[in-house]
Amino acid sequence: EEEEVEEEEAWHQLYPGHIPTSPLQKALLAAGSAVMALYDPYRHDMVAVLGETTGCLALPNLRDKMKHHPEGYRILQERPRIRLSTLDMARLGDLPDGSLGREYVRFLEVNKVSPDTRMPPKFVDDEELAYVIQRYREVHDLMHTLLGMPTNMLGEVVVKWFEAVQTGLPMCVLGAAFGPVRLSARKLQVLATELVPWAIRSGLNASCVLNIYYEQRWEQPVESLREEIGIFPPP
Amino acid sequence: GRALLSPLRGAPRALRGLAAGPEMHFGFQRVTEEERREKIYQVFESVAKRYDVMNDSMTLGIHRVWKDILVHKMNPSPGTLLLDVAGGTGDIAFRFINYVRSVRERQLQRKLKQHQNLSWQEIFENYQEDKFNSLGDSQVVVCDINREMLKVGKQKAQHLGYSEGLSWVLGNAEELPFDDDKFDVYTIAFGIRNVTRIDLALQEAYRVLKPGGRFLCLEFSHVSNPLLSRLYDLYSFQVIPVLGEVIAGDWKSYQYLVESIRQFPPQEELKAMIEDAGFFKVDYENLNFGIVAIHSGFKL
Repeated sequence: EEEEVEEEEAWHQLYPGHIPTSPLQKALLAAGSAVMALYDPYRHDMVAVLGETTGCLALPNLRDKMKHHPEGYRILQERPRIRLSTLDMARLGDLPDGSLGREYVRFLEVNKVSPDTRMPPKFVDDEELAYVIQRYREVHDLMHTLLGMPTNMLGEVVVKWFEAVQTGLPMCVLGAAFGPVRLSARKLQVLATELVPWAIRSGLNASCVLNIYYEQRWEQPVESLREEIGIFPPP
Repeated sequence: GRALLSPLRGAPRALRGLAAGPEMHFGFQRVTEEERREKIYQVFESVAKRYDVMNDSMTLGIHRVWKDILVHKMNPSPGTLLLDVAGGTGDIAFRFINYVRSVRERQLQRKLKQHQNLSWQEIFENYQEDKFNSLGDSQVVVCDINREMLKVGKQKAQHLGYSEGLSWVLGNAEELPFDDDKFDVYTIAFGIRNVTRIDLALQEAYRVLKPGGRFLCLEFSHVSNPLLSRLYDLYSFQVIPVLGEVIAGDWKSYQYLVESIRQFPPQEELKAMIEDAGFFKVDYENLNFGIVAIHSGFKL
């Protein structure tokens, strides 16, 4: 019975918030979310949906990179989450200047952002991969911190270039390619001549950023962490 | 009840039409009556602001034609008192007002033509009298259970300039806040599907209509043509929730929508339910091969 199959599918939830989708639905979602994300850049949920529906190759790849790395493996086992409720913001703020924790808190305050605004995954049909994409989203602000980039359009595009090289997620590639269309000519020049080449070089040189257990490295100086990962100093 | 024994069209036995014991359907989920009301309220609260945009996207604008046909079928004359239940964002109410206004205008034009030999004074007096009666005393009461939908409706009315002959009432189709024998016409467009006890809604419709009053229901129904049915299912289940997610950021509400359409009684069954409530001359008209149907009945 068609309806019974539909009913089963509806209860095939692999994790809270999971919405099972057919290949056709995923294709339509990918196309629709891409168009909507370009049309209305404030629809961050569309960027998230695009990432989920197009990540079927990149996500398993990332997961495997994590699995074969001791620190990444631990992250996959312990499933840490970066949320205001799990972070001790006061303690991090008290850490010395230049440390990861202190700079991260500074970044959140200056840009007036919070780690709790990341969308939970809906359309990823594997529970572990859902965590991987969730981790990627939650680590995004730390990328900003490590790269020293603000959350304006220019900064976001630079981070997207870095993430595109690092993760291979089509959503990052699209964001990196189309993001710049809304920038002024002057900013485009800086982007093209200095920032993007640096972001690409760093992205290629760096080890996988998802393999760092950031929550255990708050005291580490940002510069030392950059060196360890392989990110070149920002221009 | 009758609905439980009717031949099934795929839907799981206990979920058709009325509640079987304490369990009912919410789309394809099993829930209690109270849960269903709660969930449906939340769906419409969530979609209210994007309701009109989504209707246009999902039906490619065709819902406007369906609603036009409903009002034309109603063919209201000036002086009609209409109750539009589950009228939310006002689509039927505004069309009703437009219709009676144009009928009224034609009436006035005819009257003026007949008065060719009057003095200017007499013509002026005639005109003054009728000018303040552009609707000819027609009135529409929009009743909806959902505050958000009413809010959107009121804003739309203000924006489009509708004020005369229009009122908004918060109320439940299963228990209407109106006296007996009050209205000339009762409409419910794309609303009865969301009512938890359809039989009660039909009884209430009967109660508040005047003798001679008409019941009109516009609702998604069943497509019997097998090929068309498959295409319709494909479009409903594959495309509509995606549209919901992309346009409104709300997959679940639109998933509910397409499921609730499948759970709703087909044409003949609904006709029987309307007859059960006491209506006579009950009939239905399929639009677009049964994707939508208009049911009509009279209180004698």
